[in-house]
Amino acid sequence: MGNIQTRIESSSWPSDNRRRENRPSWNLESGTWNLELGTWNLKMKKYTNLELKQKSIHLRKALLKYIKLANAGHTGGDLSCIDILNVLYNDVLNVSPETVNDPNRDRYIQSKGHAVEALYVVLADAGFFPMSELETLCKYQSKYVGHPTRKVKGIEFNTGALGHGLPISAGLALAAKKDGAPYRVFTMLGDGELAEGSNWEAAMMAAHYKLDNLVAILDHNTLQITGRNVEVCSPHPIAEKWLAFGWNVIEVNGHDFEQLREVLNAAPAVPRKPTFVLANTVKGKGISFMEDVKKWHHGVPSDEEYEKALTELDAQLAR
Amino acid sequence: MKITDQLIKGKANLEVYSETLIELGQADRNIMAVTSDSRGSGKLTPFADKLPEQLVEVGIAEQNLVGVAAGLAAAGKKVFATSPSCFLATRSLEQIKNDVAYSNYPVNLVGISAGVSYGALGSTHHSLHDVAVLRAINNIVVVVPADNFEAREAVKAAAASDKPFFLKFGKKNMPHLHTADEKFEIGKASIIVEGTDVAFIACGETVAPAFEAAQKLNEQGISARVISMHTIKPLDTETILKAARECKTVITVEEHSVNGGLGEACASTILEAGISVPFKRVGLPDEETVAGSQAEIFNHYGISGEGLARTARTCINKIQT
Ligand SMILES: Cc1ncc(C[n+]2csc(CCOP(=O)(O)OP(=O)(O)O)c2C)c(N)n1
Ligand SMILES: [Mg+2]
Repeated sequence: MGNIQTRIESSSWPSDNRRRENRPSWNLESGTWNLELGTWNLKMKKYTNLELKQKSIHLRKALLKYIKLANAGHTGGDLSCIDILNVLYNDVLNVSPETVNDPNRDRYIQSKGHAVEALYVVLADAGFFPMSELETLCKYQSKYVGHPTRKVKGIEFNTGALGHGLPISAGLALAAKKDGAPYRVFTMLGDGELAEGSNWEAAMMAAHYKLDNLVAILDHNTLQITGRNVEVCSPHPIAEKWLAFGWNVIEVNGHDFEQLREVLNAAPAVPRKPTFVLANTVKGKGISFMEDVKKWHHGVPSDEEYEKALTELDAQLAR
Repeated sequence: MKITDQLIKGKANLEVYSETLIELGQADRNIMAVTSDSRGSGKLTPFADKLPEQLVEVGIAEQNLVGVAAGLAAAGKKVFATSPSCFLATRSLEQIKNDVAYSNYPVNLVGISAGVSYGALGSTHHSLHDVAVLRAINNIVVVVPADNFEAREAVKAAAASDKPFFLKFGKKNMPHLHTADEKFEIGKASIIVEGTDVAFIACGETVAPAFEAAQKLNEQGISARVISMHTIKPLDTETILKAARECKTVITVEEHSVNGGLGEACASTILEAGISVPFKRVGLPDEETVAGSQAEIFNHYGISGEGLARTARTCINKIQT
């Protein structure tokens, strides 16, 4: 493992935390560029990249609509992870409204629970419940509250307190190993969330138990509530930490459908190692005035901003 | 207060906390705020701007927050560790227990956006358990201020004390229940208004609704005493017992689970003194809390002027029949 550090440096690993657009993914484990397709699950491959891209725009419109109606929501972190969720539920996860109770279904645990609006619209779009039910989001007596709860079909755990998703996912993945079950477990973490010690406890344990059926995706948008991760409490170097903990580490552009499909479908990618997907994303992605601006962490657009956002998204659809 | 006084809205207690901490911090460079990506919600951004050297940010890591605070305190700093109460009171409980309370270092833990302040963000963000867990920990003072006056005095008392403190603050603007020249003492409850039929023993954001209930009851010829039991630990048993002896019924009100909170603390005090008085706990019942804003949740569970007046009438009617 010692020479991986050298490999990272000699391959001009960007040392800052800026986003890196349109880069093929670098597989730190094999030391090669990941250009080939992973193990496609052909049965699941319903959408073309372009179709997924279009769907993401519709999902962005939907999540903004319900945030606006609720007058609450974690807009920035929703927009940074919506493409990943879209790929998970529409291309990767072996779970559907019909199989939510199937013991062999793939599991998804959203550790960054605050991005619940993104998860809700993706689940609704995938048929877990009618989209219109989201009109009650955060309203009196609604079951759609501002963090995931198991009252909502398709949601496996009540999350929202950060630093819980990875230990839970490790437990699920370990159970699959014990039972010889075929399912995989995916979780998504925020980069600010990495400061929670429980993540590192689970990171150590997941490698110890060789949980290759476990995939942790990092929504690396470089921002948290107070500001940049690097100013609050730097998580860097990220990839090297997970490598040192014994994980297979892959870096992708979290808004590139080709890369996301390839990498997420590849799980389990490396035998006997859990996989960490470092997804470089942009907080507020898709809305010009929200992109990379910290106040949109839980900002709700004004009427004017809302109209502007929709106009921008419609223009992206027309392209 | 006089029973006929109109309630006048003040600031959020958190804002008062922030202002007071800036004053204290400017006078004493050993005062420090420690945050876990929580300076915005803790209203500490002005503190960070004015006294950047006195703010320590540890990232989203509440256990680390309390451990670091304990270390700083042991080296002579006067620390205010500030984080949402839902996470601070339980995520960091091990650190609170061992590093702060049992090791006896004067860390001030500030639980912000407490109770159901976060409303529709849901149960992960509610702290209906903070008082319950802290009551079981020896050597920590627990204060839940009801208005800006109590908040300010509590922060000053915590800074001056050599004991561990837990201060619990909500988010909303609080009506004034005291005049600035009143006396405030940790461990000594404030009587907001005197009365003899009903005693409301409340704390924090539920004191104002209790006062509103007292006003409604007054119009109906029922006299209600309203007590702000701002210090839950150490508990002012004298004021509780006096109320239990002098009033026909005692109703406790808290933005907390009815299990393990102020209500149970009062009940055991009264029972152990051998007093028998009709007694009712009002708070969040042992069920999944209804979704909604703080105000909607309060209304739903009868923590409102109207709801508490109704509860009081029911209790009094029971005595009469
Ligand atoms: C244990 C815990 N501490 C604090 C919070 C409050 N909180 C919610 S979101 C957030 C910032 C998250 O930042 P990051 O992980 O980078 O998420 P993203 O940028 O994807 O929104 C914080 C501190 C929480 N939900 N849980
Ligand atoms: Mg982030």
